[in-house]
Amino acid sequence: MSEIQDNQTANEESPAKRYWLDDIRNVHKLFWALVAVCALLFVSDAFYEKHVIFPFEKWFGFFGLFGFFLSFALVLTARELRKLLKRDEDYYDR
Amino acid sequence: MIAEFPPGLLMIVGAIFVPFVRGHLRSAYMLALPLLGIWQLVLLDPGTFGAMSVFGFELTHVRVDKLSLIFGYIFYIAAAIGIIFAWHIKDLAEQASALVYVGAAVGATFAGDLITLFVYWELAALSSVFLIWAGRTERAYSAGMRYLMIQILSGVLLAAGAVLLASETGSVAFNNIGIDSLGGILILVAFGIKCAFPLLHNWLQDAYPEASPTGTVFLSAFTTKLAVYALARGYAGTEILIWIGVAMTAFPIFFAVIENDLRRVLAYSLNNQLGFMVAGIGIGTTLAINGAVSHAFAHILYKALLFMSMGAVLHRVGTAKGSELGGLYKTMPWTTGFCIIGSASISAFPLFSGFVTKSMILTSAAEEGYLIPFLILLFASAGVFHHSGIKIPFFAFFAHDSGKRPKEAPFNMLLAMGLASFFCIGIGVYPQPLYALLPFPVDYVPYTTTHVMTILQLLMFSALAFGVLQRTGLYPPELRSTILDFDFSYRWLAPKIINWFMDAGARAWASLKTDLLEMLAQFIAAVFRYTGPKGIFAKSQSTGSSAAVIVTLLLIFLVALLA
Repeated sequence: MSEIQDNQTANEESPAKRYWLDDIRNVHKLFWALVAVCALLFVSDAFYEKHVIFPFEKWFGFFGLFGFFLSFALVLTARELRKLLKRDEDYYDR
Repeated sequence: MIAEFPPGLLMIVGAIFVPFVRGHLRSAYMLALPLLGIWQLVLLDPGTFGAMSVFGFELTHVRVDKLSLIFGYIFYIAAAIGIIFAWHIKDLAEQASALVYVGAAVGATFAGDLITLFVYWELAALSSVFLIWAGRTERAYSAGMRYLMIQILSGVLLAAGAVLLASETGSVAFNNIGIDSLGGILILVAFGIKCAFPLLHNWLQDAYPEASPTGTVFLSAFTTKLAVYALARGYAGTEILIWIGVAMTAFPIFFAVIENDLRRVLAYSLNNQLGFMVAGIGIGTTLAINGAVSHAFAHILYKALLFMSMGAVLHRVGTAKGSELGGLYKTMPWTTGFCIIGSASISAFPLFSGFVTKSMILTSAAEEGYLIPFLILLFASAGVFHHSGIKIPFFAFFAHDSGKRPKEAPFNMLLAMGLASFFCIGIGVYPQPLYALLPFPVDYVPYTTTHVMTILQLLMFSALAFGVLQRTGLYPPELRSTILDFDFSYRWLAPKIINWFMDAGARAWASLKTDLLEMLAQFIAAVFRYTGPKGIFAKSQSTGSSAAVIVTLLLIFLVALLA
């Protein structure tokens, strides 16, 4: 343990230093950049010929929409699942 | 000379000498062993050697072909990286057992028969548990015991299956096995335990996160991928594996989203990645097998990289729990960068290793017309980006600032992570050398416009979903918690049931004992009543009354004579 504590305190950097990401406006900027990338990728489906196997893969923006909605569903399902499965940290140790 | 030495045995014999060298020299000696091993593999010609006859069975200690060679190479590469990552470790037990563990895994991949496989299989189980115990906590100790029991069970099933097969076919050669016989099914279950099939999986999530920061890196590489190798050898094209595989890709990701211990999240995503390989083996076409094997190769590297980055965090901060971390990028920028490379690789971003390997499995599923498996694999691809690609780096290094300002990881750890990153990007950018190692000739082109664009769409929109969920506050925050999984059945339920039976038994015994004692008491009382001091049998008659009885008897006798 002593090694770990040394590690924590031995940092010469001042904790007050501001980083680019500390500014919430920059985080917003990143998010909107991501939105823009997604929009571009979505539109790009019009500009190349898809070589795929299943017919539904050819639907416009299929992969994007699939990724978005299923990820969304994944997280929301997992949220509900946690209500059922979450226990205290020392559950098995008691 | 060295070419005739069994590949795994090199490491195991090498481990014997670890106690005799110290400090940096010991680490250097340990690093030399896998490098020597790689050199040996380069010299090996395809074929078999080390044949012997035991109890009438032909054993083949070493069988060299493309399938065993590629696993041999990646095991040695992973060992070398792991040893660099653990350069600072001075724990003799951890170091020696790591070498034996690597040797056992390599030996098993070159085993030409089931008996030799069994020996190395169990040796891998025995040696690896010391890496878990190297965590040196009470939790690590119990998790290690559970791990050991389950792993040994896998070996016992393998032995039982091998015996059944041998009695049927008269041979113990390890080739395609199939599930047409009971022996084949038993061996499949044995492999399935080590490969963390659904419901047989929980030893992985239970034990790996309890090992030492360095031990987990070793563990993540060998046991499960040895099982993938064994499945590819024995069960290629077994259709049930497709369904087992897709189940494995899908269900762990739900747990990964809500699990707090980030090394446990990685264990879940390890399980999910194994699913891709198992599904590929089940599909069984040359493209699918190539996909499964190359994915195992790439996976060992990026999974080790991810475990190393979390190991570095654990080493510096003392915890790898998402709820306790955040903002570490400020003082651990290199570790952050390497972690992101691992995340991009596991998520199969173009130019990273997962992209050129996993897509072979998805393409083969589509080509063979497996619609549902294809969709589940696609869903799991989006899901893995969610929990391994975003969640791991986000909650460890970004998210809310935890205020922790740990030092950057030590140089040896950064070097190991840098090497793994190099391989992750190298394979992604230039996959041809990896393709050349695969068991079948490759005519697959990963970088097509369609493939790049569709995968980018899938991943970036998943990222968008994460962003929206974060901004709307719908994303479940990291909380200190235990998430129940199937281990609930044997860590909570089974003990409870056993306790219930013990209690019921104890109660039954208590009441039985009362009844028996009661009966005994009554019996003693009865005996006492008849033979005790006042009992009828113990009555002391007076001499006079005795004489009276005798006189009376004589009188009766006399009367009888006279009559």
